Amino acid sequence: MTDFLIINVVIPLVQIGVLLGILGLATGYIVLAERKVLAFIQSRLGPMRVGPHGLLQPIADSLKLILKEDLIPGSADKLLYIASPIVVVAAAFTTLALIPFGEGITLFGYHIPGVIADVNVGILLILGISGLTTYGIILGGWSSNSKYPLLGAMRAAAQMVSYEIALTFAVLAGLMMAGTLSMVGIVEAQLDMGVWFIFVQPVAWGIFTIAMVAETNRAPFDMAEAESELVGGFFTEYSGMRWALFFLGEYTAMLVMAAINVTLFWGGWLRPFPNVEALAFLDAVPSGIWFLLKVTTFLYLYIWIRGTFPRYRYDQLMALNWKSLIPLSILNLLVTGVVMLLLA
Amino acid sequence: MEIYAFYAIAAVVLSSAVLMVTSRNLVHSIVYMVISFVAVGGLFILLEAEFVAAVQILVYAGGIVVLFLFVVMLVNVTETYQVEFLHRQWLPAAVLSLILATQIGFLVWGNAGDLSADPSASASVLRAVDGGNTETLGMMLYTDYLLPFEVASVLLLVAMIGAIYLSKKRV
Repeated sequence: MTDFLIINVVIPLVQIGVLLGILGLATGYIVLAERKVLAFIQSRLGPMRVGPHGLLQPIADSLKLILKEDLIPGSADKLLYIASPIVVVAAAFTTLALIPFGEGITLFGYHIPGVIADVNVGILLILGISGLTTYGIILGGWSSNSKYPLLGAMRAAAQMVSYEIALTFAVLAGLMMAGTLSMVGIVEAQLDMGVWFIFVQPVAWGIFTIAMVAETNRAPFDMAEAESELVGGFFTEYSGMRWALFFLGEYTAMLVMAAINVTLFWGGWLRPFPNVEALAFLDAVPSGIWFLLKVTTFLYLYIWIRGTFPRYRYDQLMALNWKSLIPLSILNLLVTGVVMLLLA
Repeated sequence: MEIYAFYAIAAVVLSSAVLMVTSRNLVHSIVYMVISFVAVGGLFILLEAEFVAAVQILVYAGGIVVLFLFVVMLVNVTETYQVEFLHRQWLPAAVLSLILATQIGFLVWGNAGDLSADPSASASVLRAVDGGNTETLGMMLYTDYLLPFEVASVLLLVAMIGAIYLSKKRV
Protein backbone atom coordinates (compact mmCIF):
# COMPACT_ATOMS: atom_id res chain seq x y z
CA MET A 1 0.00 0.00 0.00
CA THR A 2 2.71 2.48 0.95
CA ASP A 3 4.63 1.44 -2.15
CA PHE A 4 1.57 2.12 -4.25
CA LEU A 5 1.15 5.56 -2.69
CA ILE A 6 4.81 6.46 -3.12
CA ILE A 7 4.95 5.36 -6.75
CA ASN A 8 1.63 6.85 -7.85
CA VAL A 9 1.28 9.93 -5.66
CA VAL A 10 4.48 11.03 -3.96
CA ILE A 11 6.91 10.65 -6.86
CA PRO A 12 4.71 12.48 -9.42
CA LEU A 13 4.04 15.27 -6.92
CA VAL A 14 7.76 15.70 -6.26
CA GLN A 15 8.45 15.67 -10.01
CA ILE A 16 5.77 18.30 -10.62
CA GLY A 17 7.08 20.43 -7.76
CA VAL A 18 10.66 20.30 -8.97
CA LEU A 19 9.65 21.00 -12.58
CA LEU A 20 7.47 23.99 -11.72
CA GLY A 21 10.11 25.32 -9.33
CA ILE A 22 12.81 25.18 -11.99
CA LEU A 23 10.55 26.39 -14.77
CA GLY A 24 9.83 29.86 -13.39
CA LEU A 25 13.52 30.57 -13.02
CA ALA A 26 14.41 28.88 -16.32
CA THR A 27 11.92 31.04 -18.19
CA GLY A 28 13.47 34.16 -16.68
CA TYR A 29 16.89 33.06 -17.83
CA ILE A 30 15.68 32.12 -21.33
CA VAL A 31 14.40 35.70 -21.60
CA LEU A 32 17.77 36.97 -20.42
CA ALA A 33 19.57 34.71 -22.89
CA GLU A 34 17.32 36.03 -25.63
CA ARG A 35 18.09 39.64 -24.74
CA LYS A 36 21.80 38.91 -24.54
CA VAL A 37 22.02 36.95 -27.81
CA LEU A 38 19.92 39.52 -29.68
CA ALA A 39 22.17 42.24 -28.25
CA PHE A 40 25.32 40.45 -29.42
CA ILE A 41 23.81 39.93 -32.87
CA GLN A 42 23.19 43.68 -33.02
CA SER A 43 26.64 44.60 -31.57
CA ARG A 44 25.23 45.71 -28.22
CA LEU A 45 25.87 44.45 -24.71
CA GLY A 46 22.32 43.84 -23.49
CA PRO A 47 21.44 44.01 -19.78
CA MET A 48 24.61 44.76 -17.79
CA ARG A 49 23.54 46.64 -14.65
CA VAL A 50 21.93 44.10 -12.31
CA GLY A 51 24.54 41.59 -11.16
CA PRO A 52 27.64 40.58 -13.14
CA HIS A 53 26.82 40.85 -16.86
CA GLY A 54 23.16 41.35 -15.94
CA LEU A 55 22.81 37.84 -14.51
CA LEU A 56 20.33 38.96 -11.84
CA GLN A 57 18.16 40.83 -14.34
CA PRO A 58 15.39 38.14 -14.46
CA ILE A 59 14.92 38.40 -10.68
CA ALA A 60 14.74 42.19 -10.81
CA ASP A 61 12.29 41.97 -13.70
CA SER A 62 9.98 39.53 -11.96
CA LEU A 63 10.01 41.63 -8.76
CA LYS A 64 9.02 44.64 -10.82
CA LEU A 65 6.22 42.73 -12.54
CA ILE A 66 4.83 41.44 -9.25
CA LEU A 67 4.77 44.93 -7.72
CA LYS A 68 3.05 46.54 -10.70
CA GLU A 69 -0.56 47.70 -10.45
CA ASP A 70 -3.10 45.25 -11.82
CA LEU A 71 -5.07 47.06 -14.52
CA ILE A 72 -8.26 45.76 -16.12
CA PRO A 73 -9.71 47.94 -18.91
CA GLY A 74 -13.16 49.28 -18.02
CA SER A 75 -14.84 47.90 -21.15
CA ALA A 76 -13.18 44.50 -20.95
CA ASP A 77 -15.04 41.23 -20.56
CA LYS A 78 -13.70 40.70 -17.04
CA LEU A 79 -14.03 36.95 -16.63
CA LEU A 80 -12.44 36.07 -19.97
CA TYR A 81 -9.83 38.81 -19.53
CA ILE A 82 -8.70 37.21 -16.28
CA ALA A 83 -9.02 33.63 -17.54
CA SER A 84 -7.07 34.00 -20.82
CA PRO A 85 -3.51 34.21 -19.46
CA ILE A 86 -4.32 31.37 -17.07
CA VAL A 87 -5.44 29.19 -20.00
CA VAL A 88 -2.19 29.88 -21.85
CA VAL A 89 -0.01 29.01 -18.86
CA ALA A 90 -2.07 26.01 -17.76
CA ALA A 91 -2.03 24.48 -21.24
CA ALA A 92 1.72 24.96 -21.57
CA PHE A 93 2.45 23.51 -18.10
CA THR A 94 0.17 20.50 -18.65
CA THR A 95 2.05 19.47 -21.78
CA LEU A 96 5.31 19.47 -19.79
CA ALA A 97 4.01 16.48 -17.82
CA LEU A 98 4.19 14.36 -20.98
CA ILE A 99 7.77 15.20 -21.98
CA PRO A 100 10.41 12.57 -21.15
CA PHE A 101 13.42 14.44 -19.76
CA GLY A 102 15.67 11.41 -19.37
CA GLU A 103 15.93 7.71 -18.68
CA GLY A 104 15.00 8.15 -15.06
CA ILE A 105 17.03 7.41 -11.94
CA THR A 106 16.79 5.11 -8.93
CA LEU A 107 16.66 6.89 -5.58
CA PHE A 108 16.03 5.26 -2.16
CA GLY A 109 15.12 2.00 -3.86
CA TYR A 110 12.42 3.56 -6.04
CA HIS A 111 12.71 4.03 -9.77
CA ILE A 112 11.93 7.61 -10.67
CA PRO A 113 10.99 7.81 -14.37
CA GLY A 114 12.23 10.69 -16.48
CA VAL A 115 8.67 11.61 -17.40
CA ILE A 116 5.76 12.51 -15.14
CA ALA A 117 3.13 10.70 -17.21
CA ASP A 118 4.03 8.22 -19.96
CA VAL A 119 0.71 8.14 -21.79
CA ASN A 120 0.38 5.81 -24.76
CA VAL A 121 -1.08 8.61 -26.91
CA GLY A 122 1.46 11.08 -25.49
CA ILE A 123 2.35 13.11 -28.55
CA LEU A 124 -1.27 13.48 -29.71
CA LEU A 125 -2.23 14.71 -26.28
CA ILE A 126 0.63 17.22 -26.27
CA LEU A 127 -0.46 18.59 -29.64
CA GLY A 128 -4.09 18.66 -28.50
CA ILE A 129 -3.48 20.44 -25.24
CA SER A 130 -1.02 22.92 -26.71
CA GLY A 131 -3.69 23.62 -29.35
CA LEU A 132 -5.83 24.95 -26.49
CA THR A 133 -3.30 27.78 -26.08
CA THR A 134 -4.97 29.37 -29.10
CA TYR A 135 -8.04 30.06 -26.94
CA GLY A 136 -6.02 31.98 -24.40
CA ILE A 137 -4.65 34.15 -27.19
CA ILE A 138 -7.92 34.71 -29.07
CA LEU A 139 -10.03 35.28 -25.98
CA GLY A 140 -7.35 37.51 -24.46
CA GLY A 141 -7.42 39.65 -27.58
CA TRP A 142 -11.20 39.67 -27.82
CA SER A 143 -11.96 40.31 -24.15
CA SER A 144 -9.70 43.37 -24.07
CA ASN A 145 -12.35 45.04 -26.23
CA SER A 146 -9.86 47.10 -28.15
CA LYS A 147 -8.93 47.08 -31.83
CA TYR A 148 -5.23 46.12 -31.86
CA PRO A 149 -5.69 43.13 -29.56
CA LEU A 150 -8.63 41.96 -31.66
CA LEU A 151 -6.56 42.20 -34.85
CA GLY A 152 -3.72 40.32 -33.18
CA ALA A 153 -6.12 37.66 -31.95
CA MET A 154 -7.63 37.15 -35.41
CA ARG A 155 -4.20 36.76 -36.95
CA ALA A 156 -3.16 34.35 -34.22
CA ALA A 157 -6.26 32.22 -34.73
CA ALA A 158 -5.77 31.85 -38.46
CA GLN A 159 -2.03 31.33 -38.17
CA MET A 160 -2.05 28.77 -35.39
CA VAL A 161 -4.85 26.69 -36.89
CA SER A 162 -3.11 26.66 -40.29
CA TYR A 163 0.34 25.77 -39.05
CA GLU A 164 -1.04 23.09 -36.76
CA ILE A 165 -1.84 21.11 -39.92
CA ALA A 166 1.71 21.21 -41.27
CA LEU A 167 3.05 20.51 -37.79
CA THR A 168 0.85 17.46 -37.32
CA PHE A 169 1.71 16.06 -40.75
CA ALA A 170 5.41 16.43 -40.00
CA VAL A 171 4.92 14.66 -36.67
CA LEU A 172 3.01 11.90 -38.48
CA ALA A 173 6.02 11.17 -40.70
CA GLY A 174 8.13 10.67 -37.59
CA LEU A 175 5.44 8.53 -36.00
CA MET A 176 5.40 6.25 -39.05
CA MET A 177 9.03 5.47 -38.33
CA ALA A 178 8.45 5.00 -34.60
CA GLY A 179 5.22 3.00 -34.80
CA THR A 180 4.04 4.35 -31.46
CA LEU A 181 2.44 7.50 -30.07
CA SER A 182 4.16 7.33 -26.69
CA MET A 183 6.92 9.89 -26.18
CA VAL A 184 9.08 7.34 -24.35
CA GLY A 185 8.31 4.76 -27.05
CA ILE A 186 9.49 7.16 -29.77
CA VAL A 187 12.91 7.51 -28.15
CA GLU A 188 13.17 3.76 -27.58
CA ALA A 189 12.28 3.15 -31.23
CA GLN A 190 15.23 5.34 -32.25
CA LEU A 191 17.47 3.33 -29.92
CA ASP A 192 16.24 0.09 -31.49
CA MET A 193 16.72 1.31 -35.05
CA GLY A 194 20.11 2.72 -34.12
CA VAL A 195 19.45 5.99 -35.93
CA TRP A 196 17.94 9.33 -34.97
CA PHE A 197 14.91 10.08 -37.09
CA ILE A 198 16.47 13.32 -38.37
CA PHE A 199 18.62 11.16 -40.66
CA VAL A 200 15.65 9.34 -42.16
CA GLN A 201 13.11 12.20 -42.06
CA PRO A 202 15.03 15.41 -42.77
CA VAL A 203 12.14 16.94 -44.74
CA ALA A 204 9.68 16.31 -41.93
CA TRP A 205 12.16 17.86 -39.52
CA GLY A 206 12.47 20.99 -41.63
CA ILE A 207 8.70 21.36 -41.86
CA PHE A 208 8.32 20.73 -38.15
CA THR A 209 10.93 23.30 -37.25
CA ILE A 210 9.34 26.02 -39.39
CA ALA A 211 5.85 25.17 -38.15
CA MET A 212 7.08 25.06 -34.57
CA VAL A 213 8.35 28.63 -34.78
CA ALA A 214 5.03 29.73 -36.27
CA GLU A 215 2.99 27.75 -33.77
CA THR A 216 4.65 29.50 -30.83
CA ASN A 217 4.10 32.92 -32.47
CA ARG A 218 7.79 33.69 -32.59
CA ALA A 219 9.61 35.95 -35.04
CA PRO A 220 9.67 35.88 -38.06
CA PHE A 221 6.09 34.59 -37.72
CA ASP A 222 5.05 36.78 -34.79
CA MET A 223 2.09 38.25 -36.65
CA ALA A 224 -0.02 38.03 -33.50
CA GLU A 225 2.27 40.46 -31.69
CA ALA A 226 3.93 42.43 -34.49
CA GLU A 227 5.08 45.31 -32.27
CA SER A 228 5.64 47.65 -35.18
CA GLU A 229 2.07 47.32 -36.51
CA LEU A 230 -0.17 46.27 -33.65
CA VAL A 231 1.47 47.93 -30.59
CA GLY A 232 1.64 44.69 -28.58
CA GLY A 233 -0.78 42.49 -30.50
CA PHE A 234 -3.22 40.40 -28.53
CA PHE A 235 -1.83 41.43 -25.14
CA THR A 236 -1.67 45.18 -25.73
CA GLU A 237 -4.09 45.86 -22.86
CA TYR A 238 -2.40 43.51 -20.42
CA SER A 239 0.09 44.68 -17.81
CA GLY A 240 1.90 43.48 -14.72
CA MET A 241 1.62 39.84 -13.71
CA ARG A 242 -1.10 39.00 -16.25
CA TRP A 243 1.20 40.14 -19.03
CA ALA A 244 4.00 38.11 -17.45
CA LEU A 245 1.77 35.02 -17.47
CA PHE A 246 1.40 35.33 -21.25
CA PHE A 247 5.18 35.50 -21.48
CA LEU A 248 5.61 32.50 -19.18
CA GLY A 249 3.17 30.58 -21.38
CA GLU A 250 4.96 31.57 -24.58
CA TYR A 251 8.40 30.56 -23.33
CA THR A 252 7.11 27.30 -21.85
CA ALA A 253 5.46 26.53 -25.19
CA MET A 254 8.82 27.19 -26.89
CA LEU A 255 10.44 24.77 -24.47
CA VAL A 256 7.77 22.13 -25.11
CA MET A 257 8.02 22.46 -28.91
CA ALA A 258 11.82 22.22 -28.71
CA ALA A 259 11.41 19.13 -26.51
CA ILE A 260 9.05 17.50 -29.03
CA ASN A 261 11.51 18.28 -31.81
CA VAL A 262 14.37 16.73 -29.85
CA THR A 263 12.31 13.68 -28.84
CA LEU A 264 10.94 13.00 -32.28
CA PHE A 265 13.93 13.77 -34.48
CA TRP A 266 17.07 14.06 -32.36
CA GLY A 267 16.88 10.96 -30.20
CA GLY A 268 15.48 12.50 -27.01
CA TRP A 269 17.75 11.68 -24.11
CA LEU A 270 20.02 9.36 -26.15
CA ARG A 271 23.70 10.16 -26.50
CA PRO A 272 25.11 10.72 -30.01
CA PHE A 273 25.43 7.43 -31.94
CA PRO A 274 23.63 5.38 -29.26
CA ASN A 275 24.61 2.06 -30.85
CA VAL A 276 28.31 2.68 -31.42
CA GLU A 277 30.21 0.81 -28.70
CA ALA A 278 33.36 2.89 -29.13
CA LEU A 279 31.51 5.95 -27.88
CA ALA A 280 30.22 4.24 -24.71
CA PHE A 281 32.27 6.63 -22.56
CA LEU A 282 29.68 9.27 -23.46
CA ASP A 283 27.27 7.43 -21.17
CA ALA A 284 29.14 9.01 -18.27
CA VAL A 285 27.04 12.10 -19.02
CA PRO A 286 23.54 11.55 -17.57
CA SER A 287 20.74 11.19 -20.13
CA GLY A 288 18.95 14.25 -18.74
CA ILE A 289 21.98 16.40 -19.56
CA TRP A 290 21.99 15.22 -23.18
CA PHE A 291 18.32 16.09 -23.41
CA LEU A 292 18.79 19.55 -21.94
CA LEU A 293 21.79 20.19 -24.22
CA LYS A 294 19.70 19.42 -27.28
CA VAL A 295 16.73 21.46 -26.08
CA THR A 296 18.98 24.42 -25.31
CA THR A 297 20.39 24.23 -28.82
CA PHE A 298 16.87 24.57 -30.19
CA LEU A 299 16.09 27.47 -27.85
CA TYR A 300 19.21 29.15 -29.22
CA LEU A 301 17.97 28.44 -32.75
CA TYR A 302 14.70 30.23 -31.90
CA ILE A 303 16.61 33.32 -30.78
CA TRP A 304 19.01 33.13 -33.69
CA ILE A 305 16.11 33.00 -36.17
CA ARG A 306 14.48 35.96 -34.45
CA GLY A 307 17.67 37.95 -34.69
CA THR A 308 18.26 37.10 -38.34
CA PHE A 309 14.99 37.03 -40.30
CA PRO A 310 12.66 39.98 -41.00
CA ARG A 311 8.99 39.44 -40.17
CA TYR A 312 6.86 37.80 -42.85
CA ARG A 313 3.92 39.67 -44.32
CA TYR A 314 0.59 38.11 -43.39
CA ASP A 315 -0.26 36.79 -46.88
CA GLN A 316 3.30 35.46 -47.31
CA LEU A 317 2.91 33.62 -44.04
CA MET A 318 -0.29 31.94 -45.18
CA ALA A 319 1.07 31.21 -48.66
CA LEU A 320 4.17 29.58 -47.16
CA ASN A 321 2.01 27.28 -45.10
CA TRP A 322 -0.77 26.37 -47.49
CA LYS A 323 1.18 26.38 -50.75
CA SER A 324 4.53 24.94 -49.64
CA LEU A 325 4.61 23.29 -46.24
CA ILE A 326 1.33 21.35 -46.31
CA PRO A 327 1.71 19.92 -49.87
CA LEU A 328 5.33 19.07 -49.10
CA SER A 329 4.41 17.33 -45.86
CA ILE A 330 1.71 15.26 -47.59
CA LEU A 331 4.18 14.31 -50.32
CA ASN A 332 6.69 13.39 -47.64
CA LEU A 333 4.12 11.13 -45.96
CA LEU A 334 3.41 9.44 -49.29
CA VAL A 335 7.08 8.85 -50.06
CA THR A 336 7.70 7.57 -46.52
CA GLY A 337 4.82 5.14 -46.84
CA VAL A 338 5.93 3.82 -50.24
CA VAL A 339 9.56 3.39 -49.14
CA MET A 340 8.52 1.64 -45.94
CA LEU A 341 6.28 -0.68 -47.94
CA LEU A 342 9.07 -1.51 -50.40
CA LEU A 343 11.64 -2.14 -47.66
CA ALA A 344 9.29 -4.21 -45.52
CA MET B 1 -13.81 5.65 -7.66
CA GLU B 2 -14.39 5.56 -11.40
CA ILE B 3 -18.10 6.21 -10.98
CA TYR B 4 -17.41 9.41 -9.00
CA ALA B 5 -15.04 10.59 -11.71
CA PHE B 6 -17.77 9.87 -14.24
CA TYR B 7 -20.36 11.88 -12.31
CA ALA B 8 -17.97 14.80 -11.86
CA ILE B 9 -17.07 14.90 -15.56
CA ALA B 10 -20.67 14.33 -16.67
CA ALA B 11 -21.75 17.25 -14.47
CA VAL B 12 -19.20 19.48 -16.21
CA VAL B 13 -20.31 18.29 -19.66
CA LEU B 14 -24.00 18.86 -18.96
CA SER B 15 -23.75 22.15 -17.09
CA SER B 16 -21.43 23.69 -19.68
CA ALA B 17 -23.70 22.43 -22.47
CA VAL B 18 -26.71 24.07 -20.82
CA LEU B 19 -24.75 27.28 -20.26
CA MET B 20 -23.67 27.18 -23.90
CA VAL B 21 -27.27 27.18 -25.07
CA THR B 22 -28.55 29.74 -22.57
CA SER B 23 -25.67 32.20 -22.71
CA ARG B 24 -26.60 35.43 -24.48
CA ASN B 25 -23.08 36.27 -25.54
CA LEU B 26 -21.91 34.24 -28.55
CA VAL B 27 -18.27 34.18 -27.47
CA HIS B 28 -19.25 32.94 -24.00
CA SER B 29 -21.33 30.22 -25.67
CA ILE B 30 -18.29 29.07 -27.59
CA VAL B 31 -16.14 29.02 -24.47
CA TYR B 32 -18.70 26.80 -22.74
CA MET B 33 -18.70 24.59 -25.83
CA VAL B 34 -14.92 24.15 -25.54
CA ILE B 35 -15.25 23.22 -21.86
CA SER B 36 -17.93 20.71 -22.76
CA PHE B 37 -15.80 19.17 -25.53
CA VAL B 38 -12.72 18.85 -23.33
CA ALA B 39 -14.83 17.21 -20.63
CA VAL B 40 -16.20 14.74 -23.20
CA GLY B 41 -12.56 13.87 -23.85
CA GLY B 42 -12.37 13.01 -20.15
CA LEU B 43 -15.33 10.65 -20.55
CA PHE B 44 -13.50 8.86 -23.38
CA ILE B 45 -10.49 8.40 -21.10
CA LEU B 46 -12.77 6.82 -18.49
CA LEU B 47 -13.88 4.39 -21.21
CA GLU B 48 -10.19 3.60 -21.83
CA ALA B 49 -10.38 5.02 -25.34
CA GLU B 50 -7.26 7.18 -25.09
CA PHE B 51 -6.86 7.67 -28.81
CA VAL B 52 -10.41 8.94 -29.25
CA ALA B 53 -9.94 11.19 -26.21
CA ALA B 54 -6.76 12.73 -27.65
CA VAL B 55 -8.40 13.20 -31.03
CA GLN B 56 -11.48 14.72 -29.40
CA ILE B 57 -9.30 17.37 -27.77
CA LEU B 58 -7.03 17.83 -30.80
CA VAL B 59 -9.73 18.10 -33.46
CA TYR B 60 -12.90 19.30 -31.77
CA ALA B 61 -11.69 21.38 -28.85
CA GLY B 62 -8.48 22.55 -30.47
CA GLY B 63 -9.33 22.94 -34.13
CA ILE B 64 -12.97 23.19 -35.07
CA VAL B 65 -14.15 25.45 -32.26
CA VAL B 66 -11.28 27.87 -32.92
CA LEU B 67 -12.79 28.33 -36.38
CA PHE B 68 -16.22 28.95 -34.78
CA LEU B 69 -14.63 31.66 -32.68
CA PHE B 70 -12.92 33.04 -35.76
CA VAL B 71 -16.21 33.34 -37.63
CA VAL B 72 -17.99 34.95 -34.67
CA MET B 73 -15.23 37.54 -34.47
CA LEU B 74 -15.39 38.22 -38.20
CA VAL B 75 -19.00 39.37 -37.90
CA ASN B 76 -19.54 42.64 -36.11
CA VAL B 77 -18.57 42.33 -32.47
CA THR B 78 -21.19 44.70 -31.09
CA GLU B 79 -24.00 42.83 -32.81
CA THR B 80 -23.06 39.54 -31.25
CA TYR B 81 -23.99 40.84 -27.83
CA GLN B 82 -27.73 41.09 -28.33
CA VAL B 83 -28.84 37.77 -29.70
CA GLU B 84 -32.55 37.21 -29.51
CA PHE B 85 -32.99 34.37 -27.12
CA LEU B 86 -35.47 31.77 -28.35
CA HIS B 87 -36.33 33.13 -31.81
CA ARG B 88 -39.97 32.20 -31.03
CA GLN B 89 -39.15 28.61 -31.86
CA TRP B 90 -39.95 27.22 -28.46
CA LEU B 91 -42.80 25.03 -29.67
CA PRO B 92 -40.86 22.94 -32.22
CA ALA B 93 -37.92 22.91 -29.82
CA ALA B 94 -40.07 21.56 -27.01
CA VAL B 95 -41.61 18.87 -29.22
CA LEU B 96 -38.22 17.72 -30.51
CA SER B 97 -36.75 17.68 -26.99
CA LEU B 98 -39.68 15.64 -25.76
CA ILE B 99 -39.18 13.10 -28.53
CA LEU B 100 -35.46 12.88 -27.81
CA ALA B 101 -36.05 12.52 -24.07
CA THR B 102 -38.56 9.73 -24.72
CA GLN B 103 -36.07 7.92 -26.91
CA ILE B 104 -33.31 8.17 -24.33
CA GLY B 105 -35.69 7.13 -21.58
CA PHE B 106 -36.81 4.15 -23.62
CA LEU B 107 -33.19 3.16 -24.16
CA VAL B 108 -32.25 3.47 -20.48
CA TRP B 109 -35.35 2.04 -18.78
CA GLY B 110 -36.96 0.13 -21.62
CA ASN B 111 -36.02 -3.19 -23.13
CA ALA B 112 -32.37 -2.29 -23.67
CA GLY B 113 -31.39 -3.59 -20.25
CA ASP B 114 -28.40 -5.40 -21.75
CA LEU B 115 -26.73 -2.04 -22.16
CA SER B 116 -25.73 -1.86 -18.51
CA ALA B 117 -25.03 -5.57 -18.14
CA ASP B 118 -21.45 -5.61 -19.36
CA PRO B 119 -20.23 -2.18 -20.42
CA SER B 120 -16.65 -3.39 -20.73
CA ALA B 121 -17.52 -6.05 -23.29
CA SER B 122 -16.65 -3.94 -26.31
CA ALA B 123 -13.86 -2.10 -24.54
CA SER B 124 -12.07 -5.33 -23.66
CA VAL B 125 -11.83 -6.20 -27.35
CA LEU B 126 -10.02 -2.95 -28.03
CA ARG B 127 -7.86 -3.31 -24.96
CA ALA B 128 -6.67 -6.71 -26.08
CA VAL B 129 -3.90 -5.27 -28.20
CA ASP B 130 -0.83 -4.37 -26.20
CA GLY B 131 -0.04 -0.66 -26.16
CA GLY B 132 -3.55 0.74 -26.37
CA ASN B 133 -6.35 0.76 -28.87
CA THR B 134 -4.85 3.05 -31.51
CA GLU B 135 -3.66 0.16 -33.63
CA THR B 136 -6.94 -1.75 -33.33
CA LEU B 137 -8.86 1.35 -34.31
CA GLY B 138 -6.65 1.89 -37.36
CA MET B 139 -6.96 -1.74 -38.46
CA MET B 140 -10.75 -1.62 -38.11
CA LEU B 141 -11.07 1.65 -40.01
CA TYR B 142 -9.12 0.25 -42.93
CA THR B 143 -10.69 -3.23 -43.02
CA ASP B 144 -14.21 -3.65 -41.60
CA TYR B 145 -15.22 0.00 -41.90
CA LEU B 146 -13.29 0.94 -45.03
CA LEU B 147 -16.35 1.99 -47.02
CA PRO B 148 -17.90 4.34 -44.42
CA PHE B 149 -14.42 5.76 -43.81
CA GLU B 150 -13.85 6.51 -47.49
CA VAL B 151 -17.39 7.84 -47.95
CA ALA B 152 -16.81 10.20 -45.01
CA SER B 153 -13.62 11.54 -46.57
CA VAL B 154 -15.34 12.06 -49.94
CA LEU B 155 -18.14 13.88 -48.10
CA LEU B 156 -15.58 16.19 -46.48
CA LEU B 157 -13.96 16.83 -49.84
CA VAL B 158 -17.31 17.73 -51.37
CA ALA B 159 -18.05 20.08 -48.47
CA MET B 160 -14.68 21.74 -48.93
CA ILE B 161 -15.10 22.22 -52.68
CA GLY B 162 -18.60 23.57 -52.06
CA ALA B 163 -17.34 26.07 -49.52
CA ILE B 164 -14.60 27.26 -51.87
CA TYR B 165 -17.07 27.57 -54.74
CA LEU B 166 -19.51 29.57 -52.62
CA SER B 167 -16.94 31.94 -51.18
CA LYS B 168 -15.00 32.69 -54.37
CA LYS B 169 -16.64 34.61 -57.15
CA ARG B 170 -14.26 33.31 -59.78
CA VAL B 171 -12.47 30.08 -59.12
